[in-house]
Amino acid sequence: MKAIILGGTGGIGRAIARRLAQRGDTLFLLGRDETELARSAADLNARQPTPSVMGHAQCDLEHPEGFAAALDTADAALGGCDTVIVTAAMFATQEALEADVELTRRLTTVNYANTIVFLEHARKRLLARGGGRLVVFSSVAGDRGRKPVAIYGSSKAGISTYLEALDHKFHGRGLSVLCVKPGFVKTGMTASLKPPPFAGEPDRVAADVVRALDRRQPVLYTPGVWALVMLVIRWLPRFVMRKIDF
Amino acid sequence: MTPAAPTLSGWGGMTRPGRELASERLDSITAGATLTRGLGRSYGDSSLPAHASDRVASTVLADRILRFDDATGVLRAEAGLSLAQLNRVSMPRGFFTPVTPGTELVTLGGMVASDVHGKNHHRQGCFGAHVRSLRVRLADDSIVECSPAEDSDLFYATIGGMGLVGHILEVEFVLHRIPSSWLIVERERVRDLDELLEALSRAAPKWPLTVGWIDCLTRGRSMGRGILMAGRWATAEEAEPDPPRRARLRTLPFELPNWLLNPLTARMFNAAYYWRRLRRRVSGPSAPQPFFYPLDAILHWNRGYGPRGFTQYQCVLPRAAGAAAVREFMQRLTRVGGASPLCVIKDCGREGQGVLSFPLEGTSIAVDMAVSPDIQRIVDRLNELVIAAGGRIYLTKDRFTRAEHFRAMEPRLDRFLTVRHKYDPQRRLRSAQSVRLLGDRA
Repeated sequence: MKAIILGGTGGIGRAIARRLAQRGDTLFLLGRDETELARSAADLNARQPTPSVMGHAQCDLEHPEGFAAALDTADAALGGCDTVIVTAAMFATQEALEADVELTRRLTTVNYANTIVFLEHARKRLLARGGGRLVVFSSVAGDRGRKPVAIYGSSKAGISTYLEALDHKFHGRGLSVLCVKPGFVKTGMTASLKPPPFAGEPDRVAADVVRALDRRQPVLYTPGVWALVMLVIRWLPRFVMRKIDF
Repeated sequence: MTPAAPTLSGWGGMTRPGRELASERLDSITAGATLTRGLGRSYGDSSLPAHASDRVASTVLADRILRFDDATGVLRAEAGLSLAQLNRVSMPRGFFTPVTPGTELVTLGGMVASDVHGKNHHRQGCFGAHVRSLRVRLADDSIVECSPAEDSDLFYATIGGMGLVGHILEVEFVLHRIPSSWLIVERERVRDLDELLEALSRAAPKWPLTVGWIDCLTRGRSMGRGILMAGRWATAEEAEPDPPRRARLRTLPFELPNWLLNPLTARMFNAAYYWRRLRRRVSGPSAPQPFFYPLDAILHWNRGYGPRGFTQYQCVLPRAAGAAAVREFMQRLTRVGGASPLCVIKDCGREGQGVLSFPLEGTSIAVDMAVSPDIQRIVDRLNELVIAAGGRIYLTKDRFTRAEHFRAMEPRLDRFLTVRHKYDPQRRLRSAQSVRLLGDRA
């Protein structure tokens, strides 16, 4: 596999990159911070005798004008990629977002509008060579409008819907789309929050993602118990959702 | 219902109010932090904050290998890389950490801060002896690189300095080449303490890895009966054809009740362990995991001690004090009621260069003890004996030593405090342990 990873320097993205590198896939890293990219590339290359990272380049979800060039650089370095993985996104608590409208604008732009622009660029490149794989991190927060994740969740709901439609539209043309819906995972992103029951470890989640990717599965809840939790949440009547704080 | 205040705990179950900040970016979370901690395997209060509102940085997400040179074995990594991860990466490539403690669930940063030692101490010294360079954040928030050549005072005070001189961000050290991923291990039953001590010194020149287990619950003539374990890396010809498989981890999902570990069950355990093998001497190939890290096979084994928690008393008695001091220690241990199933003995080599590093040439004894109402008295009595013998205790295991006892057993303390004062005059970096032992403000 030849994969471009946007957001592979930290959290679940780091764990996925390590698993792919370990089994011999070749990678290209995209991310915001040049130093972080270089350090992560060094890490991935040091972990097995043959280097797995073909290069890295800056690409910031806040700056869509750089997407096409970054993807072209990555594609060239890999000699034509077949997989694009996006784990990058912004996170902020509902409290912080409600207190700061500018933060709300940034988060919804990055997580929804700009992510879709990035994926459109990626999808076109993959389809032009007969298909490939798109793996994108949405969230269980997008499954139902919920009080503690009203804004963040809505940005993820948009991504989930987009990915679902991509799968419907292009599955026949060889594009596999995987929408990953992690529940709470203990990473730097969630470090300030108190872990709820069934909080996942990044490496466990990464293993699930790689398995789902290999099976060309369209949707993945991870840790698995969240599929059940969200099934219940989706069916709760409105008067209950108004009462509870989940 | 108000949510319970967040707490941090040491491996022995001691908890303190406080929370840790975790991030892949160690350089950002250590700014303004008073303490850095890794996997929290130190037994007592070394990794606990002095005050609930202190900023504690967790290294565990900062776990990247930044450089690994196959030709020389030099490896540089972020402080949160765990030894377990490192072993998975290095062993298939023919390298192993120069020194390993008895658990692989520790971070590189922790290994430096505790200047850990292992079964090869008589040959290789502590981990710090193999460190080439450290990247450290100081109390004034500046970041410096130190080594035996550059800011060597900072370097040697950080090694074994329990995180009190600077936050360790990156560690560069030299891995050792191994001929295979297997060990040749010999176990020999020995009848009493004298025989065990003699067996240890007899094995030292022959075996790079040695350790003894003592059944310290048996009194009288068989006092100190035990098992000598010695090992070396197997040559490629001796090794099994396949690399050793990692055993599946099991976990102790909940705390066992306090009463389960009592004198009777402990005695039964010890007798079973002592007689486990019928032949007096057994030798053969062994996977490294069960030899180096027997207790890691059960995650959260510390819960076996129940909610009261436990501590480990580890001291080293200088060679000059002789076997008599070791015998006296074992006798006092039995008399004060501190004996337990886990008692490990090891002959240490020369003292290293870490200013506060634990080992000195002599015999190290480590005993797990449940925390009982008597524990303070037990630790005091043992410390008095250690002071009289010219020995000292291991800070990484300690939770009950009194400040005056620590000072009495640590002539190097002033030197350490001088370096600490140079780099952190306000003593901003501190822990619950440094409040207890060094009189830092809470």
